[in-house]
Amino acid sequence: MNNKFSLRIKNLAYAYPDGHQALFGVNLEIRKGERVALLGPNGAGKTTLVLHLNGVIPTQQGSVTVVDTLVDTKNVESLRHVREKVGIVFQDPDDQLFMPTVAQDVAFGPYNSGIRGDELARIVDESLVKVGMLDYKDRPPHHLSFGQRRRVAVATVLAMNPEILVLDEPSSNLDPASRRELAEFLRSLDVTVLLVTHDLPYALELCERSVILAGGVVTADEPTSQLFAKPSFLAEHRLELPAGFRL
Amino acid sequence: MLVVVATPIQNYVAYICFLLIILILTRLAQIPFRTLFLRSLIEIPFILFAILMPFFGTGEKVDFFGLSLYESGLLAGASIIAKGTIGVFMSIILSGTTSARAILKGLARLKIPAPILGIASFMTRYLNVVNNELIRMRIARESRGFQAKGVRSWRVLSQTLGAVFIRSYERGERVYLAMLARGFQGKMPADNGGHKTDLQSAFLLPGAAGIISVATGLFL
Repeated sequence: MNNKFSLRIKNLAYAYPDGHQALFGVNLEIRKGERVALLGPNGAGKTTLVLHLNGVIPTQQGSVTVVDTLVDTKNVESLRHVREKVGIVFQDPDDQLFMPTVAQDVAFGPYNSGIRGDELARIVDESLVKVGMLDYKDRPPHHLSFGQRRRVAVATVLAMNPEILVLDEPSSNLDPASRRELAEFLRSLDVTVLLVTHDLPYALELCERSVILAGGVVTADEPTSQLFAKPSFLAEHRLELPAGFRL
Repeated sequence: MLVVVATPIQNYVAYICFLLIILILTRLAQIPFRTLFLRSLIEIPFILFAILMPFFGTGEKVDFFGLSLYESGLLAGASIIAKGTIGVFMSIILSGTTSARAILKGLARLKIPAPILGIASFMTRYLNVVNNELIRMRIARESRGFQAKGVRSWRVLSQTLGAVFIRSYERGERVYLAMLARGFQGKMPADNGGHKTDLQSAFLLPGAAGIISVATGLFL
């Protein structure tokens, strides 16, 4: 960890077009190299927050800064820069893998940032090697198992060499071995990680720091083990450690 | 295909030759004739329509197995059946021998507009996903005691279709978000992998069909 910020969110508020307000002034700072868990019950605004990080949802109030760039959806340069820096792995890999083959899908991001030819092929191979899916390069995504698809989804984002990796419920629907392999893999990466999850043991395993988002504001921001030692506080936010789990 | 459509139906020798070419191709492609036949059943609604044509029309009538039929309708019907069947057979052979990806690439080389190619590409990718969703919904229906029989179940079935439509629409939005998140700016990358067919072999089949069409038209 060092003193540089990967992400700074200040007083971020957002209401959907139908008037429903999802975020009421979120403040969050993440330093380079940190792994932070973003916890919260269903409907707390976690996904809305995540979609602000790369300007898919425009900032209405407050500010989001990625490394040194202010996210500004009206500024094409800012958007291009931010989308290269923030890699989001979405929950359903079928949403993320839309090209005819695995390799083409991994190439999609780097292609959009202007990389072509041998350089593109090298990045695709490297990213697939990292997630152990090189052998499946020319297969169509729908022929892969769910766990394999999630790994390819991670590769598609790694190929963009992001500064921050945002993972939305990465452990959901994975068998225990795939879950462990993904954790080992995430630990081996030298990037800032924001892990959005309900899977508290997974958060504890991977992240030194946890943030709870509830009712559209950050209600807790402290070391994960310290936070998890307060079961009644967790319960107020509909978060529970699995039965029989001890810290 | 263009050659077949352009050949007049009266030139029946050409059509026999076309059918022979198809049989040889099927053999070469190692597609079982049974598969070819079964898949071509999709054509039946069109054939029914074509069979009706001789009964409704104007102009001269001819006697045909004791039935009085309109000649122009008869020719038009026969033409639809012959051309349609050959078209269906060729499509089956193409899809049986060529992967969806290769077909898309071929279309790209034939300069089909990019938006249409994009739609076709997404369709091949998500047909499977949507189909799985339908299967899951069917299992969910049946697990709760639903059995599709009679007009009464149509309501439930149409609601299922509506639900699939909305789910697909929402998935479309999520896919688009995922594309934006990886820097999509409106241009899909081209597919450069795989082999390319050279010009000579690409013209082999339509060339042969064209020669047959012209030759039989001139000499018979």
